[in-house]
Amino acid sequence: MIKTADAVVIGGGIIGCSTAYNLAKMGLKKVVLIEEKYIASGATGRCGAGMRMQWGTEPNAVLARDSVAMYETLEEELEYDDSIELKQEGYLLLAYNEKMVEQFHKNLGLQHKLGIPSRWVTPEEIKELVPHINLQGLHGATFCPKDGHCNPFKATDAYAQAAKRLGVEILTYTRVTKLLKEGDKISGVETTKGTILSPLVISCAGAYTRELGRMVGVELPIYPERHQILVTEPVEKLQGPMVMSFYHGIYCQQVPHGGFIMGLGDPNEVKDYNIKSSWQFMHEMAAKITFILPILKNLRVVRQWSGLYDLTPDKTQILGAIPEVPGFFVAAGFSGRGFMIAPVVGKLMAEVMLGQEPEYPIDMYGVKRFESGQLYVEPSVV
Amino acid sequence: MSGCGCKTKDNKDVNIICRCEDITLEEIRAYIYDKGITDLEQLRRLLRVGMGPCQGRTCTPLIVREIAAATKEPVSDVPLTTFRPPTTPVKLGVLAGGDDND
Repeated sequence: MIKTADAVVIGGGIIGCSTAYNLAKMGLKKVVLIEEKYIASGATGRCGAGMRMQWGTEPNAVLARDSVAMYETLEEELEYDDSIELKQEGYLLLAYNEKMVEQFHKNLGLQHKLGIPSRWVTPEEIKELVPHINLQGLHGATFCPKDGHCNPFKATDAYAQAAKRLGVEILTYTRVTKLLKEGDKISGVETTKGTILSPLVISCAGAYTRELGRMVGVELPIYPERHQILVTEPVEKLQGPMVMSFYHGIYCQQVPHGGFIMGLGDPNEVKDYNIKSSWQFMHEMAAKITFILPILKNLRVVRQWSGLYDLTPDKTQILGAIPEVPGFFVAAGFSGRGFMIAPVVGKLMAEVMLGQEPEYPIDMYGVKRFESGQLYVEPSVV
Repeated sequence: MSGCGCKTKDNKDVNIICRCEDITLEEIRAYIYDKGITDLEQLRRLLRVGMGPCQGRTCTPLIVREIAAATKEPVSDVPLTTFRPPTTPVKLGVLAGGDDND
């Protein structure tokens, strides 16, 4: 079966759903979104459900700042009849050595320039924010009260439902088997449910974007990295802020439902698509978190899972057109922050795909930066 | 299905299917029939069924039966979700080990 579309979006995570929604909102009549499994089955639905503005490079901090502001009114904008469970009680980023203190102050300088309400907090102030924290080894932390939590399944569902109402066709359990070209230009996609001809195709497929690029002869510097997470039984509210330690490579928050979500990744692991759970993770995670937040030792773990970061060499996303293949666009390589910047990214990508001037210049996120060496190396990634 | 004696605020009978997360048969049917969601993966993520301490041991077979009835497929054809460790809830302190763990 062959059909035609104005644009094809590959990937039913929050980036794909946000992009498809914005394309339809801007007037495209036939937008088709293709998802290999179910909505939010990939990196989005497996993420730590956090959102923060406290980043160390301007490109990341700006996207996060404005996306958090959009999350604040997302339910109304998308007319969602459920809750996206937004909770803004801050992120506490812990500094365990002088080098971190120095880097964090640098980050604060940048964040203040951009109007992000982050601040340095002393160990005494940390104790006020999270009374059950172990201060051993802590020099201080940075805190931004606007950072927080949002439910990835619900937020993605909100975008998907709104996109559907605007006429977007969502094909789940459909796999892209080939990208089609006419000359240099993209001309459509071949899927397990038939061919769709389209002059515009965007990959929002996370780490799998590398494989999609290879289908049209483009080598994108995106690498999958397994990150694992666990969740505990729900309990009464105990902790407001997300607690994050770059020293331990971990983060931990109590979600509105009551459970504690915590996760980590191993940067030395082989870069493949493995998303199995390991028992080593449970022990490592438990050891680290019961050092930082000892009271959690009495909480029971009910489930663990894993997902893939789509990492780039500078840990900053790749956004924009692929110059060698006109009509082919990429929004991937989010390096662990795709969920929290999706509202702005979807809007920017729709603008760029439709040939409009994007709200912010996005050339700096282009894939060509890896040739020119104009990198934005993000220091604040867990 | 016979009632379990549970009532809503306006005194309607309800049947609690997911005991960990307190989700009723009526809520599940609303998602299946009104919203058209017959994918167990999606129901889990939107309703939290099977996400609690028992990890779906009680509710999963019941929900699968509801999905099968709605899609008119055999129960054996309804795809299940991934079973994830641990098999039973374990305290973080036990997993972390320590001096007094022997």
